[in-house]
This record gives sequence, structure tokens and C-alpha cells, in this order.
Amino acid sequence: MIAMLVLLAVIVVVGLWVMGLYNGLVGSRNEVKNSWSQIDVQLKRRHDLIPNLVEAVKGYMGHERGTLEAVTKARQQAVDLSSASAEDRAKVENALSQTLRSLFAVAEAYPDLKANQNFLALQEELTATENKISFARQYYNDAVLRLNNRIQMFPSSIIAGAFNFQMEQFFQVDAPEDRQVPQVKF
Amino acid sequence: MWELVRANQRRAATLVVVMAALLFAVGYAAGEALRPGAGLGGLFVAFVVWVVLSLVSYYSGDSIFLSLAGAHKIAKSDNPTLYNVVEEMCIASGISRVPDIYVIDDAAPNAFATGRDPQHASVAVTAGLLETLNREELQGVIAHELGHVANRDVLYMMMVGVMLGAIVLLADVGTRVMFYGGGRRRTSSREGGQGQAVILILAVVLMILAPLIAQLVYLAVSRRREYLADACSALYTRYPEGLASALEKISHSTAKLASASRATAPMYIVNPLGATAKGLADLSSTHPPTSERIRILRSMGGGAGYRQYDEAFRKVTGRPVGVVPATSLQQAAPAAVAAPAAPDARARFERVRQTTDMLWRLNQYAFIACACGTTLKVPPAYVGKEIACPHCGAKHVVPAATGAPPQAAAS
Repeated sequence: MIAMLVLLAVIVVVGLWVMGLYNGLVGSRNEVKNSWSQIDVQLKRRHDLIPNLVEAVKGYMGHERGTLEAVTKARQQAVDLSSASAEDRAKVENALSQTLRSLFAVAEAYPDLKANQNFLALQEELTATENKISFARQYYNDAVLRLNNRIQMFPSSIIAGAFNFQMEQFFQVDAPEDRQVPQVKF
Repeated sequence: MWELVRANQRRAATLVVVMAALLFAVGYAAGEALRPGAGLGGLFVAFVVWVVLSLVSYYSGDSIFLSLAGAHKIAKSDNPTLYNVVEEMCIASGISRVPDIYVIDDAAPNAFATGRDPQHASVAVTAGLLETLNREELQGVIAHELGHVANRDVLYMMMVGVMLGAIVLLADVGTRVMFYGGGRRRTSSREGGQGQAVILILAVVLMILAPLIAQLVYLAVSRRREYLADACSALYTRYPEGLASALEKISHSTAKLASASRATAPMYIVNPLGATAKGLADLSSTHPPTSERIRILRSMGGGAGYRQYDEAFRKVTGRPVGVVPATSLQQAAPAAVAAPAAPDARARFERVRQTTDMLWRLNQYAFIACACGTTLKVPPAYVGKEIACPHCGAKHVVPAATGAPPQAAAS
């Protein structure tokens, strides 16, 4: 009788423990999903802002057709791939960041443009969106790290294996300078 | 991140229980002092006082606080940069709702956060802060405030503050009764004999000591939470230098915040009443010394995680125990990002202009863009009248202000 009770108690305790580990894994996985959607929102916002920027700049920067076209093209690529894997998207979005940075750098040479309120407002919005993308990416990568740690570390690795939890991809940044937002001086 | 929040909640719950015990003990003692045997009545009074104060501060503490500070709510169009920075830090901290943003019309740079949980949070900054700090520094300050929000610091500081207030109040009433209304007490204590006298002496000691103990506990918690919010700021921004240089600028400012008082001082990022005398600073101040906070942030050695903050904390203060709960230290250590420092002179001019324009708008001034390039800022008294541009002489009819109407500080 006593042996039965002890056995029952052990089973209950182990069951609760497994439940805790399982719930922790599910929580981490949901956190990854949720933070990915944050990045998604911000990337989309950037895609929406860029046509306005190109429109605002066009009149002032007639001689910089190449730069403007590069931005438009990079944006189109990013929009086309917007349902691809994290890795592919990271690549095209990083390329878009690069072209935007060169656009803002070129804009320095146009004092009229820098006095344009519309351009300044768009610039603030894009700077903020760049920052938001990088903070969302930071949060996403932290969430991925937590999930992957749980999947690989003992003892939750056993539960993760049993319930087939998959490791997630980090949202990589190619070069360290990609982390920096385009800085435009006036 | 959530381990930290949970560890904080456990610790705060313990603290709330300790303070509640102290409060009820004082209530009991005050009751005994009033009339021997009335201890339970005193306990009851203490309980009622505590419940009423807690409910009031839980549901309207933030709006009371914001109106005491003279804060105005702003919309995104009033100051897009500030608004964007708050949104950025919300994303970095994983807070799902962007807090309400308030501005205080004061030249002293400072900031605070309030609200009982992340769903009911508000962040307030002074105009002086917006003018003084560049974008990276502003990010650091806002991240510190959102650290308070994420850790539920505001709620606990409020609850503990309320209990402190109740303890001080009851002890005060109790001692007054002992000294002035003691007629009945004296006669009955003679009847009660020695046991009664011992209880009375204990009651007196308790009523003198309890407010002091409660105050010290409160202050220790307040300081610890400032350090923790600094650690959060470093983690969210991955750029400890931003907050460090913001703290430096804030502490170098000589302006005093007009609307701050001793009751509201613990809420601000840097003590708005100025530092206390050096020797007493350790026990009797609401904030850790700013220079120490800056040194900790700057000795994080290229890292930005809780662990680096904890190591830096122990190195700088020489204390053996860090500030970050152990469960949060096991996380992997993220590296800091070196953000480029923006050139400040021209940017600062723009910030000052943006901030003052925002304040004009909050005060119902109308903005008229004249064809000659001048922007006229006209006080509300001139609405509907015709005025001439001081530069080119062109005539304008003053429209009603287009800015946001002044809002009550309460949300």
C-alpha cells in the first residue's frame, strides 16, 4: 500500500516536471513566432515608406538616377521574397539597407532636399523603422537562442526530442556595419 | 528576460509581506497605546487604512502622479522622434503596448515611468531632457524607464510606498495619543499592572522604530531597482554608453525640477532634488550615486547582458553580491554594439527647436508659414485677427491652433 502511494507520488511529481519542461518549450517557440511577426511588421513598414521617399527625393536628385533605381530594385526584390525563409529574407533586406544608406549619404550633397520638411519627416520615419527592425531582430535572435538552448540542453532536450521541437534560424546580419542605422548629418 | 521579472515578483512579494507585518504591528501598538486591550481595533484600523490607500494608488496612482508632475500627454505628431524612440524600445524590451507618452515643461532633464503594469504604463520626460540628449542617449533613458515597466517596479514601489505612508501615519497618531491624550491610558495602565507596562514600552519602541525601518527598506529597494533598470537598459539597447552619457549630462545639469517633491523623487531616473551628502548617501538616498551608475555601465567591457552588468557592479562597488537575480545570469551574454555618435551642434539646435515648437503647440499657439520662409507662432488670444509678418509685412489671418489640444494629465 505504502509502496503504491510512493510510486504514485513519484509518477505525479515526474509528470508535473515533464509538463513544466514541455510548457517551457512551447512558450519559447511561441515567443520566437511572435517576435518574428514583429520583424515582419517593421519590414513591411519599410517597404511601404520607400516609394514615398523615392517620390519626395526624385525632383531634387535628378542626377542620381542610379542610386534611386538601386533602392527601388532592392525594395522590389525584398517584397517579392517576403514569404521566403528567414535566411533568404535577411539577405535581401540587408541589401535594401545598404542601398538606403547610400541614398541618404548622397542626399547630403543636396541642401534644398535637406531643408524639405517632407523629406526630414520621411527620414525620421525610416531611421526609426531601421532601428525597430534591428531591435526586433535582436529580440527575435534572443528568443531563438532561448529556444535552441532549451532544445539542446539536458533535460529539456529529451522532451524536445520526444515531441519533435525544431531548432530555429537566427536572423543574421552580414557585416557589423549593417547594424548601424544610416546616419545623415545636416 | 522573464526570469528576471519572475525573480523580481517573488522578491517584491516577500517585501510586501514584511512591510504589511510591520504595518499591522504598528497598528496593534497604536491601539494598545490608545487604550490597553484595543490592540485588535488598532489592527483593524491599520488594515482599513492600508486597503483604502492601496486601492486608490492601484487604480489612480499613475494619474495622480502625472498631474502632480505637471505632465501633458502628447501624440505622435507633436514629437515624432520621442514617439519613435519609445516604440523602438518597446520592441527591444518585448512590451506589447506602447506606453502613453507625457512631456513636462521644465528645463531640468529628467524622466520617469508610472503605471501598474505594462498594459497601463506611461512614460514622462521633461522638455530639458529632449533638448539635452541625442538620440542614442534618449534611447538609453527610455530603455531604463521601460525596464522599470517590464520589471513591474512601478507597482511594487507604489505598494511599498503606500505601506510606508500608512506606517508613518499610524505611528504618528499613536505617539501623539501617548503624549497628549494619555489621561485614560495612565489610569488603566496602573490597573493593568506590570504586563501592561511592558506592552506599552514595546509599543512605544515599535512606533518609534517601525517608520525608520520601513523607510530604510523602502530606500534600499528603490536603489536596487535603479541598478536593475540600468542593467535592462544596457540589455535592450546593447549600448551601455548611451545611458552612461545620458546620466552624465543629466547629473551635470544644475536646473532643479520644480514639480518634484520628496514623495515623488524615487520615481525619477536621477534624483530630481540633487544628491544627498556623501556620507549619508548609502542609506538615506532613493537613488544610487549617479557617478557609480555611470562607472558600472562603462566597465561592462563590451558586453551588454545582465551577467556583464552584474560583474561590473561587483567590481565597481566592491560588494560581494550583485544586483541581478541568479536565475537571470545563466543567459547567454550578448555583445554590445558600438553605435556611431552623431555630431551634436546642428542636431542639438534641431532638437531644441522641435521641443520648443512642441511646447508652443501644447499651449495652443497657432503656426503660420509665411511665404518669405518665416514661421509665425501666434498665441491663442489672436485667433481670427489679422497680423503682419515681422519680416516681409505680409498679412495673415490667425487660424485656430492646429496642434493637439491640451490634455488633462490623467489618461
